[in-house]
Parts: sequence; C-alpha cells; structure tokens
Amino acid sequence: MDNTNVVTAKRTVASNNAEGEKKMSFSIKGGNKAKNITELIMEIIFIVCAFVAVAAVLAISAYMIFSGAPALMEVGIVDMLFNPVWAPTASTSSFGIAYIVLTSIIGTAFAILIGVPVAVLTAVFISEVASKPVAAVVKPAVELLAGIPSVVYGLMGLLMINPLMYKLELAIFEGSETHQFTGGANMAAAVLVLAVMILPTVINVSLTSLRAVPVSMRQASLALGATPVQTIFRVTLPAARSGVITAIVLGVGRAIGEAMAILLVAGNAVNAPLPFNSVRFLTTGIVSEMSYSSGLHRQALFTIGLVLFVFIMIINIIINKLLEGGAEND
Amino acid sequence: MKKLLNIALSTIIAAGILTGCGSSATESADTTAAQSDASADTENATEAEGSAEADAATDENIEGTITMNGSTSMEKFANALNESFMNKYPGVQATVEFTGSGAGIEAVTNGTVDIGNSSRALTDEEKANGLVENVVAIDGIGIVVNPATTVDDVTTDQLKEIYTGAVTNWSELGGEDSQIVVIGREASSGTRSAFEEILGIEDQCKYAQEIDSTGAVMAKVASTPGAIGYVSIDIIDDTVKTLKLDGVEPTQETIKDGSYTLQRPFVMATKGEISEQSEAVQALFDYINSDEGQDIIAQVGLISAKQ
Repeated sequence: MDNTNVVTAKRTVASNNAEGEKKMSFSIKGGNKAKNITELIMEIIFIVCAFVAVAAVLAISAYMIFSGAPALMEVGIVDMLFNPVWAPTASTSSFGIAYIVLTSIIGTAFAILIGVPVAVLTAVFISEVASKPVAAVVKPAVELLAGIPSVVYGLMGLLMINPLMYKLELAIFEGSETHQFTGGANMAAAVLVLAVMILPTVINVSLTSLRAVPVSMRQASLALGATPVQTIFRVTLPAARSGVITAIVLGVGRAIGEAMAILLVAGNAVNAPLPFNSVRFLTTGIVSEMSYSSGLHRQALFTIGLVLFVFIMIINIIINKLLEGGAEND
Repeated sequence: MKKLLNIALSTIIAAGILTGCGSSATESADTTAAQSDASADTENATEAEGSAEADAATDENIEGTITMNGSTSMEKFANALNESFMNKYPGVQATVEFTGSGAGIEAVTNGTVDIGNSSRALTDEEKANGLVENVVAIDGIGIVVNPATTVDDVTTDQLKEIYTGAVTNWSELGGEDSQIVVIGREASSGTRSAFEEILGIEDQCKYAQEIDSTGAVMAKVASTPGAIGYVSIDIIDDTVKTLKLDGVEPTQETIKDGSYTLQRPFVMATKGEISEQSEAVQALFDYINSDEGQDIIAQVGLISAKQ
C-alpha cells in the first residue's frame, strides 16, 4: 500500500511538471506527460485483462450452480445422484445419474492406471536413458501427440480399437445369453483412448520435473556405486516426486473432462461401468442429449455439468495444494 | 457512408440466406437450424429484401398472425417452415409452441390456436369435433443393417423383438450366426420417439449404442458387423443395407400409399376447411404446397404428402 501511495505522489509531481511543457510527444521516450498517459492506459489494460479471466470464472461458477441446482432440487439429491436409471423421456421419467458418475470416475481411474506408468517411464527414458539423437526423435513425437485434436483420437479409436474390442467381445462372451453385444463400443475402448490422450500431458510435466533434479544428485548416487537403474528409481524419481504427482493430477483433469473422443468410442447407452458394456460418461451425457432436450430433462443435463464442474474444481484444488507443497520442499 | 455500408452488407447476407435455402434441398436438418439462426440475426436485412419484393407481388402484402401448437417431433419442420414463410410474407407473424400432439389438437379444438400440429393421424372423434386433417408431410423411417447381414426382410413383430432384446442373434431370423448389435438414437431424438411410438415399444428398448446423430448411426451400422439401426429414409445410401418390413421396401410410393408401415403423418389440423381460415393461414398452406414449401419438407428429411 505504501509503495502505491509513493508512486501516485511521484506521478502527481511528474504530471505537474509535464503541464509546463508545451510540446507533446506520443513516443514512450517523449515527455513526462506522454509517459504518464501511456503508463496509465497500460495499467487500465492490464486490470481489464486480468478481470476478464476472473469474471469468466465467476460467471461460469454462478451459471453452473444456478442452472444445475433446480433439477437437483426438483428430482431430489438421492434420486438423482444415487439412482442408476436414466430415462429422461420415458412416460415415468427417471433422472438417476449414478452409473454416469461412476463411469466417469472408474473410466478415469483406469485410464490413469494404464497411462501414467507408460508416461512416467517415457519421461524417464527421454531425460535419463536415451541418447541425444533418440531423444530428439521421441520428444517431438510426444509434443506432436499433445497437439492432435481430441476428435482425431476418437476417430482412431472408432476405426482401430472398436473393431478389435468387438472381436474380443465375441470371443469372451461366445454363447452368452445375457450379455448385450455392443459392437466394440464399450468402456474398455474408452479407457484405452483416454490412456493415450493423457500421455503427452503427463510426459511433458514429468519430464520438466525430472530435468530439474540437480545433476550432482545423480553423480553422487553413481559415485557411491549405484547402477543407473537404481539411481533412476531410488534417487531421481523420488527427487522429482511432487512434479510427477502434479502431472498425474493434470492427467486426471484431462481424462475426466474429455468429451469428443469418448463420444465416438463409448457407445453412450447408460449401463453399469463394466469393461464390455456400452457406457456413458458425464461429458458425453451432456453432449449427446443437449440438442433436442427441453424442460426438466435439459435442467438435469445442467446438473450433470454441475457434478463435472465440482469434480474439476476438486482436482484444481488438489493441484494447487500439491504445487504449494512442492514449492515448500524446494 | 455508414448507412450505405449497412445496406450493402444486409443485401449480401440476405442473398447468402436465399441461395442457401435454394440449393441445399438434400442437406441435413442441422443446416436448416443454422440457417434459421442466421436469418433471425439478420431480420432487418430480410425485411428490407421483403419490402423490395412486395412491389412485384401484391400477394405478399398479407398481414396477420398465425398461431400453432402441438407435436414436438414437428419442431424442426415447423420452425423451418415459419422462418422461410415469414421471410416471404413479412407482414405475417407466425408463432409456434411445442407441447405435444395431444395438447395441440386440444388447443385447435378449443380455438385457442389456428393450427394444431400432430404427428399422428386424427381420430374419428377428433374429426367429429370439426377438425380437418391436413397432412402436410410424411415421416418415414428406414431399418438399416450392416451390408454383410444376409437377412433381407423382417416382420414388425421381429423388429419389436430385436429392439426389446428378445432376439439377439441373426440366426433366429434365418440369417447367419452373428450377434445383433442394436443401435439407436439418444433419448431426445424425434426419430427415436417416432420409431418407438409406431412400434408401440416406448421405454422398452434395449440399446447397445445410443448415437446422437443420423449420420453417425449410418457410419456405425456400416462398420459394425451384425448392427441394426433406424434412420430417416432420405439419408439411406449404399454403405448400408435397407431391410424390407413385412415384405415392403421403403420407397416414396410405398410410404405414400401406406403399405410401408414404419411411417407417420405430420398433420396440421385446422378447425374447419382451409378455405374457411384467415388469409394468413390460407397463405401458409399455399406456401407448403409451393415448390419452396416442398423444398423445406425435403430439407428436414420428410416426404411430401402432396398428391
């Protein structure tokens, strides 16, 4: 506060001086008056820019709560969140999103279980193991993977993973009377697509934290007689731990918020989240029914959005805590 | 200067809308929706256009209001119709609500609206109340399967069994030994509600996949062995195989003569004959029967009811 006052005081003096000058110049290097105007205008621009982001967050939060809460109140929290039957247009409509929420949680969890080990080991490979020419091939490939639009991942899943899953499904459930055949559009396919999609996020953030580990730590470990692999798992990775955890949480955020790719591969019928069932995620639930829905049905879709929003908020809070913790450790 | 620019821009936009409507007769209804949005935004532009045209054709000076109420399935058609109708007749204010066929019929019977939209034929009782059944278009639904499927023909009962999960293998219908993958549309789809309503299997369908667009249903059926799906018949192409229903192939003719049963009429019911209605309502029905009106019917994927 004191600093600001001093600055304002100086500025007043400066502008008084500037009034004495007759010639005006708009160059930044020009007279004091021009300088003050530039400073002032830029300051306003900075404030406005900062306000845009804050206003957007506030507006979205308020909007999600105002539009998502009515259906939750009307249907009832228990009837909505803990009821598996989603039949919004039936004559006796039911708005249970339990399976949809579970699908998002379990789908994301398995995508993380598959994707994170691959991603972290890739990061270790690039930073610790690979020779320079090999790393020069792998790293751009990972960066390219990050730039691919999510709908393209979905198309690849549709053309490659779904037919494969259908063959697997036919083999596993041969002669089954109760299983409904989905044609390969199922939970397992969605999990695989999500696992690939989170790779670039997790690899890049892990890589940055691995590279931040001081070389002296590795040298000390090797000098004490540890093998390179022992050094990686006992010294380097533990030292980069907080960065790797942040990477995983970012990956969770990416997986739970993804809509387009899994819309194409998951089948979108509301079922229990088993690997060979056609399933619906929170995101795809909104996307697939928004276009022609109306009334309470539409409000219920906003409630799904609200649930997703709450999940994303929780993940963000975790990231912030982890980043704070990481900073303290350093 | 600014005014001149405004006029120039409006003309360009209006021209864009008009060419868009004329050329894309077979394009999907999504385009129509986009066009309606666009024309709403450029209302001023079209008004200017309209007054210019009005000098040429005196008919278009008709003024009045048209109120409609009824079927949600007819939403796409009614909105597209109203948009282009009001572009041509700027003096007419047409409004439409979507509350369901039953509510629409009740409203027109009570005289609270001019037209009651119904996506089913009127009952004799309703006709006895003085309503006239004006069938404006027909909604036909085709049954498509993967091209590798050997079955050519299903009966209505077999179709019900497939969609309710009683039959799960094509061999039960005399085809090859292959699992049936039941593909349908999302809950709010008009095609889905029509399909389930005509077959009388509302809320009983067991879908393996729920897809949110007609095009995606076609792609899934084309690529998944053993898949079956339903789509508006105007979109069917060579990538899938169309099944006969009870031995009848879905064509314009079989749908018009009623022998293909997976169809429903779109009725715009009026109280009394069309000739007894207001000038604006008469103009609307004339417009539906004109080439422009028939284009709209084709654009939203319906079949003309014009004899």
